[in-house]
Amino acid sequence: MSTEPVARDLTGAPERPDPAVSPGAAAPPVGDQPDVAAKSVVEQPTGAGRSGEAAPAGAPPGAGGAPGWSVVRRFLPVGVLVLLAALPYTNLHIPVLFDRPLNAPGTLHLIAICLVFGGLALSYDLMFGRTGMLSFGHALYFAAGGYGTAILLAQTTWPLWTVALVAVVGATVLAALLGSIALRTKGIAFAMVTLAFAQIGAIAASRNPGRLTGGEEGLSLDGRRLPEALVGVVNTVNLYWLALAFVALVAFVVHRIDDAPAGRVLAAVRDDDRRVDVLGLSPYRYRLLAFVIAGALASIGGVVYVLLIGGANPGLTASDLTLSLLVMVVLGGPGTRWGPLAGGVVFAYLDHRLTAVGASEAVERLPSVLSGPLSEPLFILGTVFILAVYFFPGGLAGLAHRLGPLQRLLPARVAGGGSGGASGGASGRTPS
Amino acid sequence: MSTFILLLLTGLGLAGLYYLVASGLSLVFGLADVLNFAHGLFLSVGAYATWWAATSLPGAGSEGFGFVLAVAFGVVAGAVIASIVELVLIRPLYRRTIAQVLVTVGLSLAGVALLQAIWGADPRPFPRPAWASKVTMIGGAAVPNSSLLLAASAAVVLAGLLAFLRFTRVGLVIRAGVEDRAMVTALGIDVRKAFTLVFAIGGAAAALAGILAGVQFSVVSPGQGTSLLIFGFIVVVIGGMGSVTGTAWAAAAVGLLQQFVNYYAPGLGDICVVALLAVVLLVRPQGLAGVAGGAHA
Repeated sequence: MSTEPVARDLTGAPERPDPAVSPGAAAPPVGDQPDVAAKSVVEQPTGAGRSGEAAPAGAPPGAGGAPGWSVVRRFLPVGVLVLLAALPYTNLHIPVLFDRPLNAPGTLHLIAICLVFGGLALSYDLMFGRTGMLSFGHALYFAAGGYGTAILLAQTTWPLWTVALVAVVGATVLAALLGSIALRTKGIAFAMVTLAFAQIGAIAASRNPGRLTGGEEGLSLDGRRLPEALVGVVNTVNLYWLALAFVALVAFVVHRIDDAPAGRVLAAVRDDDRRVDVLGLSPYRYRLLAFVIAGALASIGGVVYVLLIGGANPGLTASDLTLSLLVMVVLGGPGTRWGPLAGGVVFAYLDHRLTAVGASEAVERLPSVLSGPLSEPLFILGTVFILAVYFFPGGLAGLAHRLGPLQRLLPARVAGGGSGGASGGASGRTPS
Repeated sequence: MSTFILLLLTGLGLAGLYYLVASGLSLVFGLADVLNFAHGLFLSVGAYATWWAATSLPGAGSEGFGFVLAVAFGVVAGAVIASIVELVLIRPLYRRTIAQVLVTVGLSLAGVALLQAIWGADPRPFPRPAWASKVTMIGGAAVPNSSLLLAASAAVVLAGLLAFLRFTRVGLVIRAGVEDRAMVTALGIDVRKAFTLVFAIGGAAAALAGILAGVQFSVVSPGQGTSLLIFGFIVVVIGGMGSVTGTAWAAAAVGLLQQFVNYYAPGLGDICVVALLAVVLLVRPQGLAGVAGGAHA
């Protein structure tokens, strides 16, 4: 959503500059070289027909780079995926972000957890940002996948892949069943009903019915029941790739839905469900579709997460997790292409790292009035979240959008100081 | 028979607790369309304020008049916090329902974390008068006094709320606002003043619920409010949002159902409550007292 208009603007602008932008951006040089600047606006407002001094200044990032950049934009996700997949082969050390080199098991484990939450947040956004359903029960399906895997591994002798498949199918059926009831309500009532259903999951997990779930302590996976490639610290890298595959799967599915006709119907249901109804489509069915797909994706995430942390615990079912998902999506930018994923990764990372910051000496030395709250990651994240709702409603993705004009203004100013002509050329490309 | 009376009265005590949580939620939602996730925080604020007052405030304590003073302090703290939340955080987002929900979600996460940072995550023993841990013999059943206290407090709050809504001018504005906010505004009445008042009342009721929950469970912990809040939501949905009496009936139904089922089949009571919610939604999506096709259906 956020990437495409920019790419189109970059390629389209040289032929069709925005008249509203050109004079404004060309204003600075007026003081330096009034004649040249005025001419450039009046006689050659396009900037495309300009030759001489403007071409060398404008060409590298602009005219020549424009088609290349759109190709880059299109294949950027694949490139990032390949980079991430190759991450375990570098021993690069990023000082502030991570304590150890990138290929250390601890670092990979942290990144894998962030990725799982990124994927989970994107699956949640299929409901929240893309279809406009405010669910407070998404953690239930995450937990169903996770607990399903842990319980089946403990109770049966099936291989892991069968167990995972059964857990995911079971969670999907559960989502279809509960979704069909909950979707009889809309809006706030729907939020409360999903919350209530999820609460049953939380109660069931912590009450330990039939000694299945392990109660408050949770259920650890038995290493002997897992394939060797997934057991032990040396094999963290395989779990990392598993988490990466999960994120890629969620992104693929959600983006395919975005681009398909069904995705447009989902957006229409979000914006005006009565109109969808009038057009002869059933909003209920499309909502249920989004609910079930999101639930299925979340349950796959639950399977990966349980493998990653080596067991299921009641924290998976907590309503706090669903609320955190909401925070992730809103911080990332609901309904945007990559915002929810980024929000999930950043939130999980901060949640993990802020605990370390809270325990660090610098914070310990502060007076207790400050050090207490600062040692609670959720206090910081909750506060940031409240501020984000007020000041950055579009989240991270919206932030990029807001900073965009600033960024594009910056090279124009720098060039404008050097020569008026270059500034005119740059302003011609400035997208509206 | 004595078992029946015991379950009936303890069930009513539970219902009273749910009612105290849900009444504020229901009014706030009915009038201002705000689904208030920070309501659980008000519970915890009330409980911690009372706990603090009973141990540190001169004159207050855990017995007799000192306890009344501590409870009053907690209730006032809940009302003040709720008013501040409404004025500072909710009001700027007037009519942006989802943004309001998000802010209250952030507030509940941050607020509980703040309580945890100040007083620790572990439950603390709640100061309660000695008589609250005793029992009263009614019809051969030994009923805990704390349950009776809860049921009685809820009844008093219910009666007070009904009288306030029926006999005062502000109550009239609130009732009219729940029915049709646009019309009330069109008549030149500033409904937003009523919002703040409703938030304060809801905060006070929630704080009282938090305090009495502390008396009932004899401990107070930062997350206590949030888990009670979910049952508050269930009661609000079953009762029909915005209805004071509907909420009361729903609270009674949920409390009694949970208590009776949990006695005969431990652990099933909570599931039965959610099943009841599902049945009500399937049969009457607008809740017990809700009006079909109404403004908030």
